[in-house]
Parts: sequence; structure tokens; C-alpha cells
Amino acid sequence: MAVLVDENTRLLVQGITGGEGSQHARRSIAYGTNVVAGVTPGRGGQKFDDTVPVFDTVAEAVRETGANVSIIYVPAPFAADAILEAMDAGVALVVCITEGMPTLDMVTVKRALRGSATRLIGPNCPGLITPRTKTRVGIMPGDIFTPGFTGLISRSGTLVYEGVAQLTNLGIGQTTCIGVGGDPVIGTTQKEALELLNHDPETKAVVLQGEIGGTAEQEAAAYIKHFMTKPVIAFIAGSTAPPGRRMGHAGAIIAGNQGTAAAKKQALADAGATIVETPAEIGLTTLRVLRERGLL
Amino acid sequence: MKLHEYQAREILAKHGVPVPQGNVARTGAEARTLAEGMGGKVVVKAQIHAGGRGKGGGVKLANTADEAERAAGQIIGMDLITPQTGPQGQKVKSVLVAEQIAIEKEFYLSVIVDSAIGWPVIIASQAGGMDIEEVAAKTPEKIIRVPLDPATGYQPHHGRLVAEALGLSGDQSKQALAVVAGTVKAFFASDASLVEVNPLVVTTDGRVLALDAKLTLDDNALFRHADLAALRDKDEEDPLEVEAGDLGISNFVKLEGNIGCVVNGAGLAMSTMDVIKYAGGEPANFLDIGTVNDPQRVVSSFKVILADPAVKAILINIFGGMARTDVIAQGVVEAMRTLEMKHPVVVRLAGTNLEEGLRILRESGLPIITADDLGEAARKAVEAANKAA
Repeated sequence: MAVLVDENTRLLVQGITGGEGSQHARRSIAYGTNVVAGVTPGRGGQKFDDTVPVFDTVAEAVRETGANVSIIYVPAPFAADAILEAMDAGVALVVCITEGMPTLDMVTVKRALRGSATRLIGPNCPGLITPRTKTRVGIMPGDIFTPGFTGLISRSGTLVYEGVAQLTNLGIGQTTCIGVGGDPVIGTTQKEALELLNHDPETKAVVLQGEIGGTAEQEAAAYIKHFMTKPVIAFIAGSTAPPGRRMGHAGAIIAGNQGTAAAKKQALADAGATIVETPAEIGLTTLRVLRERGLL
Repeated sequence: MKLHEYQAREILAKHGVPVPQGNVARTGAEARTLAEGMGGKVVVKAQIHAGGRGKGGGVKLANTADEAERAAGQIIGMDLITPQTGPQGQKVKSVLVAEQIAIEKEFYLSVIVDSAIGWPVIIASQAGGMDIEEVAAKTPEKIIRVPLDPATGYQPHHGRLVAEALGLSGDQSKQALAVVAGTVKAFFASDASLVEVNPLVVTTDGRVLALDAKLTLDDNALFRHADLAALRDKDEEDPLEVEAGDLGISNFVKLEGNIGCVVNGAGLAMSTMDVIKYAGGEPANFLDIGTVNDPQRVVSSFKVILADPAVKAILINIFGGMARTDVIAQGVVEAMRTLEMKHPVVVRLAGTNLEEGLRILRESGLPIITADDLGEAARKAVEAANKAA
């Protein structure tokens, strides 16, 4: 099972001939992911690394190759157009890695996605990965992941790696790991990602890595309280961040009491999640919870 | 990016929001000339990015041009301390000289993007002139929120809802409509993350005016607003952060502790600060180095961190995905050699090209303290900083 990406994923890379796009297309192929097409306007008819056909438009790529997932590496000023192009072509899942998209561009995109058949992950995210089926739709180092029954959701990219490495080192494998993105407006929220993993029969527990700013963790907490049937282990980054300052991620600014790490931890603890106090113990805390619940 | 009040009110005025007569002055003499043009009765307001200016003596009333010149002379050059500036205050370089307004009622009005729904919302309240977060906490029923569907944008009925909630009718309601419409227009036209009019006032002679204006721009959208990007005032920013930006380290925030941090990724950078604190130390900064494929970026990061005299030790925490740990290791070695630094350096590497990275550190012959995981790295950094302090 797993969620969103698996053995049925036919991956299209938007921006496949660019620096990041080409590097990560190669790494995904090497990891074992089925990369079926690339899109770079003006390069249609070429082949990427002599194997992957390149098209001028997403519509043509989908028609010719049956691509059903797209990953976007195009620069921020063109990212909204790239996402909407994939949506218009009927791609079911679009993953936008691009960092630095204007917020109002995402406001327009998110509204357009409503009622469409497309789900967006990101932007400003590391993507997602299902280790069992070797499906890497993102920029993460593949070798730290190992198949198992724990799902992981994170707002931050490198924190995905940190959390996963701690899990893998303790022998805790993963179903699907999803980096939802660090921007204020994103395609799939932590709550929606939790919902997906909650309904996945293969996933037995979920590690949730949130951070300061916004109220997405509170919305996740409300979902956990009422619907979650699996244990959730939660960490919130930014306990020590000063208020009012933007900590790299545009979404990571504390405004009002809702945005603080303390408020988020409280909401998640009240909902029944186990709170990880220090980022050094994400793995250890998960191990303890899995043992307590008889899952290990 | 934040703007000054005088810049924000110009943008609002351009989009049809009525503001009191006024202009910016950089000297007492300029303030006098402006005051003379307005009949002498003016308010002189310090132009700094922080709020709460009145509390620190940054806003003065003047009844004559003489008084205006004197008030401006007192305010310009002062280190204005407000609840938002921190204890050292912020140097004032200019003042807004504006006509005095006789106020009958004060309201609050703002536009932001609500990340929970992904739509812009108008927020308005009858409790004007107060901190809106305080109002939200104590009397949430006094706040109205009007979401703006991105598919349709602003419609006049949105403004009518606001005017009704503010208790305005007749001609004042019409005037309020123009203010709300113009504020929303300014928000979209400038790709703002916040436009705030606090207070929005009804004057004793029945006019509806934006008495104060605050505008924060979305940094990610500045590429398409060269005119607005030019309004940046670097003097309002921490000098170390400006220097970092000039060296290409854009994600740097200065903090109060003594352990300098170099990390890749914002979430991991915040987590590194957290784990230092958990281990009993204090981080000196937040620094997300981004994807490094140039050792020189590490050297630049070290330069920025070492410019802070409070720093006693440096912690490098890199989980290479896109970034390569061998490039980071080269950068650390090069920084320690070229900067001739005495500070203890703790390095924790993981991920892409780890073996090569560790080999470079080992064979450098430099006294680099290495750590295998986050907890160990933090403990060693705290220990090193305490020993050096």
C-alpha cells in the first residue's frame, strides 16, 4: 500500500534539463524509480541521458507516456505556471520542490486546485518517498530510508533526513515519508497528510515534525483527537526561536500565541500525541511508543 | 521586507485610501517647512520599523512650526526604545510631519493571507489603536474576518460587511468602502504579506482616514517589484544580518547566545538551536546555509558568525541531501586555515559523501571536534563554549 507514490508511479520531471532537475532525475532513476518523461519547453524531441524522452508540454508528455506524477524543479517565478500546467494536463499528483514562490501565486494555485483531480505537495519541500517500492519523488538521500510501517510527515526538508536517519538507525522502517513544505500556503497540509497515512493499512504509526508559525499543527491536533487510530509521535522545531522573526521558512514566523512551539506541543499533547522534547530523541521516543503499543 | 509608515501611506494613497496631509522630513528645518505648509498644527512621528513609537517618546504634537522643528530635532538622531525594538533601541533618521486630526472614533483594519485556508482575509475591529492580538485574545467577538475568494477577488459587498461591522452608515459607510477597497488593492498590487491601518479613524468633521499605515512585503515577490524593493532601509536591519546577506547568506538571524551555528535547512537549523538549548547552551544565531556546492559559502558563514564577539564556539550540523558533506568539510578546513580562528569547532556530518567528508576533516590535522549525531554535537559544543568562555 503506502500512500501517494508506489510501484504504479510513472514520474514526469518538469525542468529535467536544469541543474537540480537533471541531478535528481538521475538519482531517482538510480534509486529505482520509474521516470517516464521530462518536460523542458524548447527541448521537445530530445532524450535525457539517452533514455528519458523530453517534451515541450506536460500535456504531450502525459499523452505519450501515461505519466501520473510530476515533480517540479523550475525557478520560483515560473513555478505557479508549471503547477497549473500539470493540473490542466490531469496529472494526479504534483510535487513542487521550488523554494521562494510568491505567496499570492500559491493563493491562486491552491484555489485553482480545489475541485480539480490534482493533489499538490509543496512547494518549498523535499518531496516524498516510499522505500518499499523504491519510489523517490524528491531530493532526499535515498540510502537513509528503509521499508517498514512508520509514516513520517515534516514541514522541513533536512529535518526529514534527521528524523528518518534516527528511525532507520534504530531499525524502524518507513511506509511513506512526506515533506509537506515550509511555506505559509501549501498544497497538502499536515492534517491532510495525516489523514492519508491514517487510512493506509500498511502504516501503523506516524512521526509528525512540525515547526513554529501558523496553525497547521493545531489543525493536525484536532484531526488526531477525533479521528486518528494510530499513535502519533510529534516534534515541533523552533522552541528557542524569537518571536516576529522569519526563520528561513516563510511560514516559520511566530505571530500571536498560536504560532509558538509551546502552543503547538500543548495542542498535540492534548490530542494524545507523544511529544518529543529534543530533536536528538525523535527515534528513541518513537521506539519507546512502538514498544508500549506492542508494535515492536 | 518592512516599509516605513511614510512609504506605506504613499502606497495606500496611490490606491485611493485617504490619508492625512503630510510628508517625510530628515532635519528639523525640513520639518519646519512642512509644518508651515500645514498651518503649524502638526504631529511629528519617528520613522522606524518597530511599533509602539508613542510609548518611547517618538511621537510629539506641535502647535507651531517652531515647535515642529524642535520636536523633529529631538526625535531625529535619538535611539528610540519601544516594546518592539529591544533594549538598545533603534536610531531615528527621519520623521513624518502630518496634520493633526481630531478623532471621533478609532478602528482597526488589515489584510493578510490566512495560511489555514490559503485565502487573503480582511480583518477589522471596532477596537482601534490597540494591539490586534490582544483584542483577539480578550474580546474575539469584536473582530470581523472577511475572506476574499481568490477566484473572484475583492467585491464591494466585502467592504459593506466591514463598514457594517464597524457600525458605520450613510456617507461614512461609503467612505469606509473606499478605504477598504483601496487597502485591499494596495495589498494585491504590492504583493504584501500584511497591510495594516491602525487606527482607521472617523474625524470629528466626519471624514474616514487612514491615520497610520504599516506594510510588509513578501520577500519572495520582490523580484517583480523593483520599485518597492528599492524602498529597503538597511539601517533598520541588524548590521550582522545585512553583512550576511551581502555575503550571500540570506537566511541568518542574530540571537543572544554564544554558540555559532551553521546548518543546512531551516527546520534542521531551528532544531539545532533547540538541541543546544536542551543541552544547557545558548545559540548565537540561526543560519541556514542552503544547498552548498561551494566551500567558499562555508567560509562566508564563518566570517558572519565570527563578526559577533559573543561567539565562543561554532557548531556545524549538515545533513547532506542535495548538499555534499565533502564540500562542507573542505569549507570548514579552508575557513579555519584562512581565518586563523581560535574558536573550538564542532562538526557533525551526515548524508551525501559522508566518508569523504570525514576523511577531509581527519587529514586536515586541525583540532576539529567531530560528533556522530545531533545530541552528541550539541553536548560537545556546549562544553567547548563553556570552557572557552
